[in-house]
Amino acid sequence: MTESDEPRIVIPPRVTIPIGPQHPALKEPGMFKLTVEGERIIDAEVNIGYNHRSIEKIAEGRTFLQVLYLAERICGICSATHNGTLAQAVEAAAEVEIPERAKFIRTLTWELERIHSHILWLGVAFHEVGFDTAFMYSWRDREVVMDLLETLSGNRVNYAMNTIGGVRRDVTDSLKETLLKGLDKLEERMKYYRDVAIYEKTFWNRVDGVGVLPNKIAKSHGAVGPTGRGSNVPTDVRFNDPTQAYVHLRDSGEFEMVLSDREDVAGRAIVRVVETIEAVRMCRWLLHNLPDGPIRERVRPRIQPNEVLARYEAPRGEVIHYLVTNGSDKPERWKVRAPTHANWVSMAYTLRGGYLADAPIILAAIDPCFSCTDRVVLVDAEDETIQLKPLDVLRAESNKWYESRT
Amino acid sequence: MGFLRKLINRARVKSPYVFHFNSGSCNGCDIEIIAALMPRLDLERFGIKLVGSPRHADVMLCTGPVTEQIKPRLQRIYEQMAEPKFVVAIGSCACSGGVFRGSYNVLGGVDQAIPVTAYIPGCPPKPSAITYGAYKLLEVLSEQLGISEDVAAEPVAEEQTESIKEAVEA
Repeated sequence: MTESDEPRIVIPPRVTIPIGPQHPALKEPGMFKLTVEGERIIDAEVNIGYNHRSIEKIAEGRTFLQVLYLAERICGICSATHNGTLAQAVEAAAEVEIPERAKFIRTLTWELERIHSHILWLGVAFHEVGFDTAFMYSWRDREVVMDLLETLSGNRVNYAMNTIGGVRRDVTDSLKETLLKGLDKLEERMKYYRDVAIYEKTFWNRVDGVGVLPNKIAKSHGAVGPTGRGSNVPTDVRFNDPTQAYVHLRDSGEFEMVLSDREDVAGRAIVRVVETIEAVRMCRWLLHNLPDGPIRERVRPRIQPNEVLARYEAPRGEVIHYLVTNGSDKPERWKVRAPTHANWVSMAYTLRGGYLADAPIILAAIDPCFSCTDRVVLVDAEDETIQLKPLDVLRAESNKWYESRT
Repeated sequence: MGFLRKLINRARVKSPYVFHFNSGSCNGCDIEIIAALMPRLDLERFGIKLVGSPRHADVMLCTGPVTEQIKPRLQRIYEQMAEPKFVVAIGSCACSGGVFRGSYNVLGGVDQAIPVTAYIPGCPPKPSAITYGAYKLLEVLSEQLGISEDVAAEPVAEEQTESIKEAVEA
């Protein structure tokens, strides 16, 4: 008789694994502290801020037309989003109505951008689950929409299509033909990827039931975009509070908000893939119903004192631009809330309880974009103390800093 | 130069492993780097391979204007790379700070933090420009390391092209 009748319980030790800021999973710097017990993640902490470039501060010293190009460079994936939303905000502050044709072309650029962003996400998701063949295939077909954007705007990434009071380039009849031909090809390929995402076990088994975000949590944590819609939260600015040509798109009754009640990564993937097909149909509708007329309205460079909030549904969720003007040609204050900032809160919840091996795909499922999101918090690099400063102190310090430079 | 050294240098030029680091960029250049590695342009046909760790890499591709926050990390990662190492600054921001120049949190260019070998301007540079830049870097490297093609490519004779054409048409 030995002591074997007393069962020994082995508790796996809790280990905190720091990942980042440089890591192979995502292309952007962000630091994750995952506390694991064996293979299970029991706590997750996210440190970002490596991409803070003080865009809002730079904007205060530039004219509205210059800020338009700066806004584009907030994020290279949703550049038309920030560019167009700021143009929308400035137009609202100046209280001008832009021509119908300009509205349609602006919306067309936005929808083409949504197609490119969603295919990009799909490729990254395939890559994160180790399905590199589909990654290569989807990025090859992404070049089709990149070519369409290049013929439409003249550039592959930073389109610079919008200006204050309209758009800068017109859609000719021959360009319309090219776009329609490209869209046909895209629709065919996207239907193929929808089938791959749903019926291919290599992908489906990795995302089915992973990273669950229940409907209630999604609502209370304020999830937006495909992350929210994948958990059956009907948030889509295009249908809830439409602007530009989305009013006509909604009124046509041909398009519906894409929702999924699966609440896991698979739900978010389905929402994105189906939304891409919807976006292709929207582009086609916009091209067929393109009204005639001018594409630009003249707006005086000095904008009257006003305070506006512009909303738009970016590929990743709702983006908000808050703008205060003071009668000069420069913004008094410009604030951007990008969708990743809203989805960040629910992300730590989805990571908890999952397996460590699933962490990359759960992280990628909200389609994080740190360059849109990074904010300033003063952290001492030596002892990692965090210091929060009120706005007036920060403003006084920054003014002192700028004076010392000149 | 010994035979082994020659062999190693030849391997270095023929298959450089690249490593991508985002030093505060807007993602535009990053997706264009990936696009250059994708089927249409396929940088891998030059032997260039993207790796996930600085320890495996010969060339570091840097994008972004280097924020104050990322500067110590960038320098630490540069030190982790094995010699000989090269840095390529991709995009206007990485070359000079671009549109963010003058901001309180931005250094303005990768060369403010670490030495840079090659610059590829553009906002963002097209994948074809990145491919061309990579090709140019390889050309300079082969000169520096004393590797040149021993046999120049011979032009194909007239009769041969005709026979190839016939074979294609058949």
